[in-house]
Amino acid sequence: MIRNKLLWETSKQKYGLVSKGLHWLSALAVFTLFGLGYWMVDLDYYSEWYQRAPHWHESAGLLLCIVTLFRLVWRTIATKPEIISSHSALEKKCSAIMTFALYFILLTVFASGYLITSADGKAIAVFDWFNVSAFILIAENQEDLAGAIHYYIAYTLIFMALIHALAALKHHFIDKDNTLKRMIK
Amino acid sequence: MKKLLLASALLTSSALMPAFAADYVIDTKGAHASINFKASHMGFSVLAGRFNKFSGNFSYDKDNITAAKISVTIDTSSFDSNHAKRDKHVRSDDFLDVSKYAQATFVSTKVEDKGNGKLAINGNFTMHGVTKPLVINAVKVGEGSDPWGGYRAGFNGTATIAMGDFGFKKDFGKVDLELHIEGIRK
Repeated sequence: MIRNKLLWETSKQKYGLVSKGLHWLSALAVFTLFGLGYWMVDLDYYSEWYQRAPHWHESAGLLLCIVTLFRLVWRTIATKPEIISSHSALEKKCSAIMTFALYFILLTVFASGYLITSADGKAIAVFDWFNVSAFILIAENQEDLAGAIHYYIAYTLIFMALIHALAALKHHFIDKDNTLKRMIK
Repeated sequence: MKKLLLASALLTSSALMPAFAADYVIDTKGAHASINFKASHMGFSVLAGRFNKFSGNFSYDKDNITAAKISVTIDTSSFDSNHAKRDKHVRSDDFLDVSKYAQATFVSTKVEDKGNGKLAINGNFTMHGVTKPLVINAVKVGEGSDPWGGYRAGFNGTATIAMGDFGFKKDFGKVDLELHIEGIRK
């Protein structure tokens, strides 16, 4: 087996290409999906996007869900970069909590979104490419409950992601440490 | 044995007593009743659906039809058109706004006998906080004892409402309501 440290493995100082790719793809997708979702819920019934926008939102969301599940597997396989020694105990604690929270919230957004669209028992078409079948019905008026969760959790995710980004910028510009660089370079 | 005789005597005498308006409860428990709707989908086709939860009572006497009364309460959140996203949309504040207006009601005010089992049920229909007079054209389907010791009477009714009358944010024109009601005598 060829071991390419740069491409597949995370080195001790920085994340590997796969980890970085997954991270930035998720970041781009999360903000794009949020924007798309924010815009599409107010579309008029007669808008030409009324059918297409939700279809794309659901399709891309489910694909991102698959990517995220792979990412969770990948992060257990790939070598983690060493914890930066200049980080305080509090920063390490916060970082661990934030990582857990972001993944947890992300999965909740996927689950709630899926439960809205599949609430009537019909499969969800992912870009007319493949279908994701519906789960058995969980609650009465499931689409309303899942919809409310999806709405609030999506805003929470964006809020948490912004805090996460601000923290990275703080490390880069104020602490001038390697925190952000190891996810870019 | 004595008790049985007494009971049957009582039953017989009650059956022979002059008819008076009997009170019925709509058999939603046994689901021998449904409230359906039909609306136009942009002129292409007819979209049909129903309200899964409602309750009601009526009183009816075939010899005194104009004394009949009916009241029905619909749980608006039970709107069901077999499409989760549409149901969610219709329950939202664009239409029914069910978190604010959880119920729609119909209460009859006057019943006209149109002959041949036909009735015109005048009443007030309240939906989305707006009350409008509504006439339900009803037809009696059947009446009599059921095999389980009860007494039943049933009707079909139709009415048409205009969405624009009820102050919804969105208006897709007219909606036909269709009621199939079976009551069990109390």
